[in-house]
Amino acid sequence: MARVKYRYPGESRWKGWWYVLPALTVYLLFTFLPILETIRTSFYQWDGFSQQKTWIGFANYLEIFSDPKFHNALRNNLVFVIFYSIIPILIGLFLASLLSRRPIPGFAFFRTALFLPQVISMVVVGVVWRWMFNPTSGPINIALNWLGLRRFAISWLGDFTWALPAVGSIGTWVQSGFCMILFLAGMQRIQEEYYEAASLDGANALKQFLHITVPGLRSEIAVALVTTIIAALRVFDLVYTTTRGGPGESTMVTGFLIYRSAFMLNRIGYAAALATVLTLIILIISLLIRRYQRHGVEEDA
Amino acid sequence: MRYPWKKLLPRYLILMVFMLLVLLPLWGMFTSAFKTGVEVMAGPFSLPREWSLQNFEQAWRVGRFNIFFKNSVIVATTVVVSSVFLSTLSGYAFGSLPLPGKTWLYPLMLIGYMVPFEAVIIPLYNFMDKLGLTETLWALILPQVGLSISFGTMWMASFFENAPEELTDAAAIDGCSRWQTLWYILFPIAKPAVTTLIVLIFMWTWNEFLLALVMVQNESLRTLPVGLAFFQGKYTANIPLMAAGAIIVALPTILIYILFQRFFIRGMLGGAVKG
Repeated sequence: MARVKYRYPGESRWKGWWYVLPALTVYLLFTFLPILETIRTSFYQWDGFSQQKTWIGFANYLEIFSDPKFHNALRNNLVFVIFYSIIPILIGLFLASLLSRRPIPGFAFFRTALFLPQVISMVVVGVVWRWMFNPTSGPINIALNWLGLRRFAISWLGDFTWALPAVGSIGTWVQSGFCMILFLAGMQRIQEEYYEAASLDGANALKQFLHITVPGLRSEIAVALVTTIIAALRVFDLVYTTTRGGPGESTMVTGFLIYRSAFMLNRIGYAAALATVLTLIILIISLLIRRYQRHGVEEDA
Repeated sequence: MRYPWKKLLPRYLILMVFMLLVLLPLWGMFTSAFKTGVEVMAGPFSLPREWSLQNFEQAWRVGRFNIFFKNSVIVATTVVVSSVFLSTLSGYAFGSLPLPGKTWLYPLMLIGYMVPFEAVIIPLYNFMDKLGLTETLWALILPQVGLSISFGTMWMASFFENAPEELTDAAAIDGCSRWQTLWYILFPIAKPAVTTLIVLIFMWTWNEFLLALVMVQNESLRTLPVGLAFFQGKYTANIPLMAAGAIIVALPTILIYILFQRFFIRGMLGGAVKG
């Protein structure tokens, strides 16, 4: 809990501000004010070069909400939520419950390996998986051919139907280990007695998992949801390095749409409105899940 | 406690499958970097006949990864040193000093941790352009410091908040100033928290892509991830060369992760829980 902080004798009450001021200045200039400026820019029409900035009110927002390109991008982001968030959380729960209650020898090694994708640059991850998905020399199609499934050995990242799940599954590869370790940390809190009591009552492993483990991990699941959903909504690096939104617009996501509108099509106001919408969606989702998390904590208490 | 093998075996097998799914792509890429163009044809997981560094040499010189590496080191070092220093100062004020206005200042700093770079990149570009800083590494350093400070302040504040009061009280009685208490009493015991902060900010900066992609067009100012992305566009078909480039980008963060694993995981979980 926060303690009462006392001033030293003769010390100004503003002393703390001297310590905050350098950090605050840099933060305001390079992070906070740009956020406000993005919102302001979103009400203008501007090409980024000319002196002429035209105030157009909410026109950019109206255009966004009727723009099929944005609808498509947002839908793709939602598909990414399945791959970045839902599947990794299920895998993480599964792996963590395999590992948590009876520690197995050599566990540290598995943990190190499964968490590894989290620390690698997404550009490198993109390069690795473009190679994996390569239609002729990629391991996936070589394996399919070897198994006699030649007709399934398609050009994954160039296919209108399969490019999106292919890129999404890279997200699953990255996020699963993170979810597992988050849940393992949470499981240490759940008391063994619950499981013992449940076993005595004749509850099987699945029932124990659903009625003890999952409720016990409520706050970790909320954290995993927030982190991975945000990652799915703001995905950019991975799409840039694997498909650039293609083929067609089949892997186009909001982050890439912002980049393209601002830096390739010079529609600065429109891009700023997109960025504002994306940020709002992210903030709303974070707050909603956090609220759910807090309710959970209060109920437990 | 003894482990019954019959019960352990299925769990090992399942874990092994997931571990292979994670490691095989990385291992395949790793071995490819040592192969010749002909050897690559022999199959993705065949081993190179000799572990030649030729691809690395070519990526380093011809692919100009030496320059990208240098830029990445300059950016990451500057960002880490200045963010950790500034975050320590402001975290100290938030955690241990009376700070009028803290109730609104804290959420203000927190916002930076929640918003993505996409939300600030457009005005940042124009701002840097006006200052004449686009096409310099400052355009990559300053925004990254701003964003890192947001997390760093929260992280250090929660450390100082929980630091043993007896220590700081004793220091005050002995006549230490706030400044001396921070650097001589608290900072030495903050080592684990500071290490975590250093490795996290290093990793985020090293892997940052969008900012570096937008701010500089000049090839000789690119950082490693951007350099690799353009390199990929140029040498798509040359898998060994691309693999070598990818390893140069990934190796520093992987090494630091393996060396400082404890700090890494604690920080990423702690950061996630707090954010």
